[in-house]
Amino acid sequence: MSDTKIEGQPGYAPGTHVSGRDIRDKKIPYTWWEVEAQYAYSLGPANARFLKELKEGKIIGRTCKKCDRVLVPPRMFCEWCYSPTNEWVYLKDTGTVETFSISYLDPDANRIEEPILVGVVSIDGASPKHGFMHYFGEMKPEELHIGMRVKAVWKPEEERTGSVRDIKYFKPLKDGGDE
Amino acid sequence: MNKVAVIGGGMTLFRRHLNETGKELSFLASKMALEEAGIQNSDIDMVVMGSAPCAFDGIHMKGENLLDGTGAKNKPYVRVFNGGGTGVFAPIAGWWHVASGVADVAMVVCEEKMGSCYPHPQTAFQTIWDPILDRPLTPNLVWLFAMEMNRYMTRHNIKKEDIAQVAVKNKRNAVGHPCAQLPDENITVEDVLNSEIMAWPVNLLDISPPSDGASALILCSEEKAKEFTDDPVFVDGVGWNIDSTMWTNRDLYFPDYVANAAKMAYKMAGIKDPRKEIDFAEPYDPFTYKELHHMEGLLLCDKGEAPVLTREGVTERDGDLPICPSGGLLGVGNPIAATMGQKVCELYWQLAGKAGKRQIPGDPQVGVGQAWGDIMQMGTVIVLRRG
Ligand SMILES: [Zn+2]
Repeated sequence: MSDTKIEGQPGYAPGTHVSGRDIRDKKIPYTWWEVEAQYAYSLGPANARFLKELKEGKIIGRTCKKCDRVLVPPRMFCEWCYSPTNEWVYLKDTGTVETFSISYLDPDANRIEEPILVGVVSIDGASPKHGFMHYFGEMKPEELHIGMRVKAVWKPEEERTGSVRDIKYFKPLKDGGDE
Repeated sequence: MNKVAVIGGGMTLFRRHLNETGKELSFLASKMALEEAGIQNSDIDMVVMGSAPCAFDGIHMKGENLLDGTGAKNKPYVRVFNGGGTGVFAPIAGWWHVASGVADVAMVVCEEKMGSCYPHPQTAFQTIWDPILDRPLTPNLVWLFAMEMNRYMTRHNIKKEDIAQVAVKNKRNAVGHPCAQLPDENITVEDVLNSEIMAWPVNLLDISPPSDGASALILCSEEKAKEFTDDPVFVDGVGWNIDSTMWTNRDLYFPDYVANAAKMAYKMAGIKDPRKEIDFAEPYDPFTYKELHHMEGLLLCDKGEAPVLTREGVTERDGDLPICPSGGLLGVGNPIAATMGQKVCELYWQLAGKAGKRQIPGDPQVGVGQAWGDIMQMGTVIVLRRG
C-alpha cells in the first residue's frame, strides 16, 4: 500500500501492516512485557459515608442549599455552584431507569453468553437525573426499559463490605410499591 | 491574535497493528506533512505532540518517548491530551503557539499505538473509571456509549436503522482514503443491524476499530504562509469545553459541552448561522450515533434531526451538508489522537482542493472538525476556512 501513489492527499500511506495472527503465531518479532501494580484508594469523607451507609442497607446523599439540589453519589462540594455541600440526607432505595445497556462484553472485551444488564438509576429523593450506575436483575432483558421503576436488592447483611456491590442489583418495582 | 494558516498535513496507514514503533510512525507522518508544505524540519519553531492514554502504548509519559519521532529535539515541545478530544485539541494547542506569536511555524504530531495492549485495548480503559464508585461493577467502556446511545435514541424515538446508515456512509466514503482500515463499498444497513451485538444497542459495525497510526499538521503565520502558497487555508476559530465527571447526574441525550465548544469556535470565526455558513463537517464518529449526536452538538441541525438528514442523504459527500467525507473513524480507523488525520487534516485537504477521490463537489469554503473524549465530557472544535 505504501508505494501506491494515488491522486489527492494523503498521496500515500506509509506504515507496514502486520496481522494479529502473525503476532500470536510469533511470525513477527516482538518483546513482551507485563505490569503488576496494585492500588489502595482512600475513600475521602463523602465516599466513606456513602459506602458505610450502603453497608447498613441505606442510600445517602448530600444537599446543596444554594442549588436546592440533592446529590447522589454524595460529594463534599457542589460542582455546579462550587460551594461546600450542606447536609447528609437519606434517600429511598427505589428509583427510575434513566438509561441502560444489555452487554455481551466483559471488561477485557471478551464475549459472554449471559448478558449483563447495566444502566443508570436516578434515586428517589435525589434531584432529577441524579443517580448512579448499577446492574439490573429479576427481569428479562426485553422487560428493561427507560422510565422503568426499580428497587435495590441488597446483599444479606453479613455479606456486605461497604461497597457499591452491597446492592446486588435493581429489580422491577411493582405497581404501588412492593413493601 | 495572529492569523494562523495550515500549510501541510500527513498521516500513516491506520491498522490494528503496524510494525513501526510510535516514534517511527510519528516520523513518517511528520515527514509527509513537511513534504506537502515544502519545508524542512529546521523551518519548524515548535512542536505539539498529541497522544491519548499512556496505557495503550504502555509507555508512561509517552510524549517524551515519542519526542525524537516528531523532530522536536532541542525545540520547545509539549504534549497535550484529553482522551478522544486530543485529535482536535492538539491542533488547537498548535494554534496557540502561532496565534500568540511565540512561533512562526508549528508542527502538530498525533500518535497512538493501541495494538500493543493485550488482551485488548479495552483493558487499558478499565482504569478510566472511578475506582470507588464504578470499578467494583467491572465496567467495559462500550457500556458508556451504549447507555448514551440508548438515551439519545429513546429521547428522540430514533430507529437503529437510521443510526446504522452512518456506518454505511462512512465506510463507503473511506474507500477513497489510502490510509483506511475498514473501507467497504458494498456495506448495507442490514449488514450493520445484523452484525454481532456487543452491548445493546451497540452492534459490532456501530464501532470504529482500535488502530495504530500517526498524523501531522503544520501551522504557520499568515506572513509565512505567503512564502509557501498562494491559496492558503486558515484556522478561523477554536473552542474547547468539558462537563463534570459525574455523568450519572446529567441527561446524556445532548452534549452541552460540545455545543459550548462550538459556540466558542463560531464566535471566534464570526459564524452567526452555522447551518448556513458551514459547508461540511468532520464530527467525531467513534460510534455511529456519535456522528449524529455531535452534528446536533455542533448546532448543524435541531436536536433529534441528524438521523433524518442522514436518511435523506443530506450528509452524503455530494449532499447539501457532507459529514465525514474522509470516511471518519468508522471507515478510516480510530487511533485515538491520530484521528486528527480525519478531523483536521481532512478539512485542510478538502478546502485546499487536494482530497482527490474524496473531494466534496462545489468548492467548499468553510469546514468544522470536532473531537470528543474522557467520560462523555470533552468537546474540542476547530473551524477552517479557505483564504
Ligand atoms: Zn450547588
